[in-house]
Amino acid sequence: MTITDVLLAIFGALSVGAGILVVTTAHVVRAGLWLVVALSGVAGCFLVLTAEFVAWVQLLIYVGAVLVLLLFATMMTRAPIGKRYDLDRRRWPAALIAIGAFGALVALLINEFGTRKVSLADTDAGTAQRMGEVIFSDWVLAFEVLSVLLLAALIGAIAISRQSTPDSQSSSDRS
Amino acid sequence: MHPVLGYVLAVALFCIGVYGVLVRRNAVLVLMAVELMLAGVNIMFVVGDVAVGSPAHRGQVSALFLIVLAAAEVGIGLSIVLRLYRTRKAMTDPIDIDTVDTADLPSRTAQTKLPPMSSAEGLGS
Repeated sequence: MTITDVLLAIFGALSVGAGILVVTTAHVVRAGLWLVVALSGVAGCFLVLTAEFVAWVQLLIYVGAVLVLLLFATMMTRAPIGKRYDLDRRRWPAALIAIGAFGALVALLINEFGTRKVSLADTDAGTAQRMGEVIFSDWVLAFEVLSVLLLAALIGAIAISRQSTPDSQSSSDRS
Repeated sequence: MHPVLGYVLAVALFCIGVYGVLVRRNAVLVLMAVELMLAGVNIMFVVGDVAVGSPAHRGQVSALFLIVLAAAEVGIGLSIVLRLYRTRKAMTDPIDIDTVDTADLPSRTAQTKLPPMSSAEGLGS
């Protein structure tokens, strides 16, 4: 039981606890904020696992941009402030499916990887330099394709959320 | 390090996301649960990369690319949700996906055409 295990368990418990609060809380805005905590815990797990570049990219882009976008959307769709008890459908079928899937997958993983140990002392850490070398040599085609995909997503998002009738805009519609 | 801890954490986050997608009625909350699922898969990629070890860091690069894909997906998904909100603004719960009825939404014949790109309105309006 190394210190990596302990830290992974702590950050993992943080992420899982915040994740459970994301899907069960009765406040819409608090769900977004608990998601910030959950994804920051995931970034902590990445740091502990020597994947430094992925950890900081997760914090910058996922927490810093994607979650901010989600919170903006919460505000722009006039999410209810305060407790709301009609945010969920019936819970027990979903809980049954989720717990069943969890049980099956965990049984499979423990059966396969139960006692395996890995030493992180001699792994090639995912530093920015190493990830840069790898992305721009072995993965450069995927990188370029992802750039085109981001362009398509940007154009698509603008095209979908454009106002279609310019003369019927009210001031509250300006986004 | 025991990689099984990382794998179980990944599966736990994924299954919490599955529960959230199945249970939530607000569209933005469904997207938040999808983000949890993607975070679980990211953990699994990184733990796999560190535990198995690949020469070109396949797992961590896949995790990076998945973060990019998640950002693109959230952008498109939220623009769709925003469009839905604008169409149904008069209702009590505009983005409750259980009450979306395609008969309520404006039909293609009723929708006015988009203005030509050469008009002076630009993209900001």
